[in-house]
Amino acid sequence: MAGGATSGGNAVTDTYKEARNWLLLPAWVTLSFLVLAPVLLMLVYSFLTKEFRGGVIWEFSLAAYDQFFFDRGLFGDDPAQIEWTYIAIFWRSIWQAGAATLLSLAIGFPTAYFIATRPEKQRVIWVFLITIPYWVNLLIRTVSMRFLLRDEGPLNSFFMATGLVDGPVHMINTNFAVQVGLFYSYLPFMVLPIYAAVERYNFTLSEAAADLYANKWITLRHIVLPAVKPGVIAGCILVFVPSLGSFLAPDLLGGAKNFMIGSLIEEQFKGNAGNWPFGAAASMILLTMVLIILVIYARAQARSDKEAG
Amino acid sequence: MSLENPNAIEVREAVKRYGNFTALKTISLSIKDNEFFTLLGPSGCGKTTLLRMIAGFEDVSEGAIFLYGEEIEGLPPHKRPVNTVFQNYALFPHKTVLDNVAFGLQMRGNSKADSRKKAGEMLELVQLSQFANRKPSQLSGGQQQRVALARALAPQPKVLLLDEPLSALDLKLRKAMQLELKHLQRETGITFIFVTHDQEEALTMSDRIAVMSSGELQQLGDAREIYESPRNMFVADFIGETNLLDVSVDRIESGQAVCHLDGGHALTCPAIEDVTAGLNVHLSVRPERLILTTGPDTDTGMKATVRENIFVGTDITTLVDLADGPQITVRTSNSARGNERIFEPGSPVFVNMEHGAARLLVD
Ligand SMILES: Nc1ncnc2c1ncn2[C@@H]1O[C@H](COP(=O)(O)OP(=O)(O)O)[C@@H](O)[C@H]1O
Ligand SMILES: [Mg+2]
Repeated sequence: MAGGATSGGNAVTDTYKEARNWLLLPAWVTLSFLVLAPVLLMLVYSFLTKEFRGGVIWEFSLAAYDQFFFDRGLFGDDPAQIEWTYIAIFWRSIWQAGAATLLSLAIGFPTAYFIATRPEKQRVIWVFLITIPYWVNLLIRTVSMRFLLRDEGPLNSFFMATGLVDGPVHMINTNFAVQVGLFYSYLPFMVLPIYAAVERYNFTLSEAAADLYANKWITLRHIVLPAVKPGVIAGCILVFVPSLGSFLAPDLLGGAKNFMIGSLIEEQFKGNAGNWPFGAAASMILLTMVLIILVIYARAQARSDKEAG
Repeated sequence: MSLENPNAIEVREAVKRYGNFTALKTISLSIKDNEFFTLLGPSGCGKTTLLRMIAGFEDVSEGAIFLYGEEIEGLPPHKRPVNTVFQNYALFPHKTVLDNVAFGLQMRGNSKADSRKKAGEMLELVQLSQFANRKPSQLSGGQQQRVALARALAPQPKVLLLDEPLSALDLKLRKAMQLELKHLQRETGITFIFVTHDQEEALTMSDRIAVMSSGELQQLGDAREIYESPRNMFVADFIGETNLLDVSVDRIESGQAVCHLDGGHALTCPAIEDVTAGLNVHLSVRPERLILTTGPDTDTGMKATVRENIFVGTDITTLVDLADGPQITVRTSNSARGNERIFEPGSPVFVNMEHGAARLLVD
């Protein structure tokens, strides 16, 4: 009787495991088709030879990576020198994305904190309000931003009407315009994870700090921030990564001078002028960079967790 | 109250409202310097609210609170020389035990090294030195409790507020901590305001107790006063175990009220103000002040039948039915002498009351 019960228990466990595998299958299939396959395809294409009217010739070549990193003169027979053009674009992209992330953090953190400290019923409404602009397509929002920032746009009219400035402040086609555009595109990605972290935060800890003679700033810096750090870091990654690869904001708000990686890659696949292997190689380099950043973060996190015990 | 030695805390006609709900209704009380003062009352009666008003986390809707003679309304919590041991401890999870204790010292302007040194001494005092470098989550509940205590005591506050600090501990640890707290209070000379809903804890530890219910102060006094002379039904019922009986007053005779129970049993107890012949009032008598005998001991012995004996270790609780009257509880100590007064269920007995054991209550 006891034996029967035991084997029955095993059967139940086995069935359960099997069911779990089957239930996970759709997720695995989706992930493979939508993540793994495109990345592999991109990797393969980056090592192929370019076809002049777009597309590829199935022949192994390192030309794309060579073009990215080395300059061999107009006819390709000079001695190889470092090609700075693309590295500069990458560097500018990192810088722009970083600035946009900091801007999002500066605005997003107080916003998230504000929402999380409202009475429970109001919070949903605030979160809802934050997300409303994002129901509109990103392209339309970016075009509107272009309209707002123009020399003769409403912002400048307002500045001049109030007598703050004499002539229009030139904002469009500057780095600043790109940063504002990126900031506006991805702000909710900053606000929502920080909001979630602050909402989980135990505010009695802030009271305990105040009870022990800490003023508001010290409490924020030494008690609140360490507790909500995971949310802040998640928000920064969620804004930084898509900003890095973004092309709408740089194209529409930055003009030709403020080219970013996203635009560079986009151009390689547009129309007949493109270079698919080069676009694929640039994408792989971008992907590698993002992965390196994430690994560094994961390491740092693991170390601080270890310190925390 | 002289100016040189004002009360540690004086709460003067303080009212607290949340919207149109009144959590505290005109509370006035004074807490002396060096006193172990306890706020006792059932959950929801406003103990935490009063404590939070003293700490500065809640403002006072009406009235005022004075700390050593100075009004403290308007002073933010981080400027009040008052520290709190929070109910759930509220230890900083990312800081070590040592840094938790050092935090308040550092905020008071001590150097990091000094703060750590003093924090180390505090940890020694609560016997947690070997855990200095752990994180709070790596400690047991009792250890966390002691860290919270060390953290709040370290900056040497004028008044220490403790909000049900022992309620999460198991019985044995709680008893040990009760003694430890009492010692710490004597050693440091700091005024303690201790909140609990456990009347036994309050009676054991306190110099004075304020009994509260529904936002009102019911009685203020030392343990003996509160236990032996409850001022009203609520206090009598809440503190310890008691028999509350409905009686009618027959006459008042040389300071004694002669009353009778429903079943006709006569009882005599000290008269109180506002009680006159013909009134229906309540009478409170503690179970340990009743004695069972086989024959009437005194002329007030009441005829009854034993229903049940319940063994509770140190004592035996006996439920008896008064003849034509209510059921009452009698407690007898579990000793050789006490056991002579235990009778089988169904036995006819007499219930005798010690002289002066009963108390009249009007409401
Ligand atoms: N922030 C608040 N808003 C509204 N009501 C509150 C608030 N804090 C406490 N109360 C109410 O005040 C009463 C007293 O609460 P509290 O002081 O916490 O009681 P205790 O500590 O004695 O259990 C309770 O009825 C509680 O619901
Ligand atoms: Mg409470």
